Amino acid sequence: MPFLDLANPTRFLSLVQRVLPWLSGATVLAFAAGLWLAATAPDDYQHGAVVKIMFVHVPAAWLAMGTWTLMSIAALGTLVWRHPLADVAAKAAIPVGAAFTLLCLITGSLWGRPMWGTYWVWDARLTSVLILFLMYLGLMALWRTVDDPSRAGRAAAILTLVGAVNLPIIKFSVDWWNTLHQPASVLRVGGPTIHSSLLAPLLTMALAYVLLFVTLHLAAMRNEILRRRVRTLMLMQAQSAPGSAS
Amino acid sequence: MNFFANLGQHANFIVIAYAVAAVILLSLVAWIAFDYRAQRRALAELESRGVIRRSTGRPA
Repeated sequence: MPFLDLANPTRFLSLVQRVLPWLSGATVLAFAAGLWLAATAPDDYQHGAVVKIMFVHVPAAWLAMGTWTLMSIAALGTLVWRHPLADVAAKAAIPVGAAFTLLCLITGSLWGRPMWGTYWVWDARLTSVLILFLMYLGLMALWRTVDDPSRAGRAAAILTLVGAVNLPIIKFSVDWWNTLHQPASVLRVGGPTIHSSLLAPLLTMALAYVLLFVTLHLAAMRNEILRRRVRTLMLMQAQSAPGSAS
Repeated sequence: MNFFANLGQHANFIVIAYAVAAVILLSLVAWIAFDYRAQRRALAELESRGVIRRSTGRPA
């Protein structure tokens, strides 16, 4: 199926119906492997067993930022290429990205308490991730405020692109400012500094999170296409009702 | 039991972190599944009342 054919919502829906069961199965298998590796991973020489929180926290942080990156590409699709599924993709990603960001914030706090002695500090990394979460909530509110999906899509796309400024701030906050949060130890220029016995479960859990994101995003896009069909039919019904203006 | 004992003095933080992850991610899965059913039901209800999209070839 050529890529451009996916611009047709009906063809996209039929593709989603075919791939969702396979993606769901792969996600469950990846989580089973990741959780097994996380449970059997050795303790860290500094963090002890608390390092196990890393396996649920770090992939959530990557997905929180990755989702906004994907939404920014979709925003370009809406504003520049006017792809019919671009704002569907952007809107469907918002609750998924918000959930991963919330998960990142809560598990980070639970990791911080035994390691730093506090659940929260207003340092650059933590604050910029909190701002990311608030921006997800803001986009949700925007989509609920504007009734017409095409108008809401354009406004949300602009807000998404403006919000993308926060992504490099989150990534490099630990380098630019003196933060309580540790610097990058996996996605860095010199390669990972984590021992392979901890890196393997981390990357397996990251794969599971990515598969879960793809599965949920496609399912949410399918829901959004159906929601728009329902909206169109309701408008048609209202217009054909006796006494309507048309 | 031995597994939880091996988690050390901060076991409660680790268990709560995994429980929170499970609750958030499973809630998201459940919400998307529930939303799918709701949209399918709404679509079926409208179609049963004779409101059909033009692309299906039948008049509304």
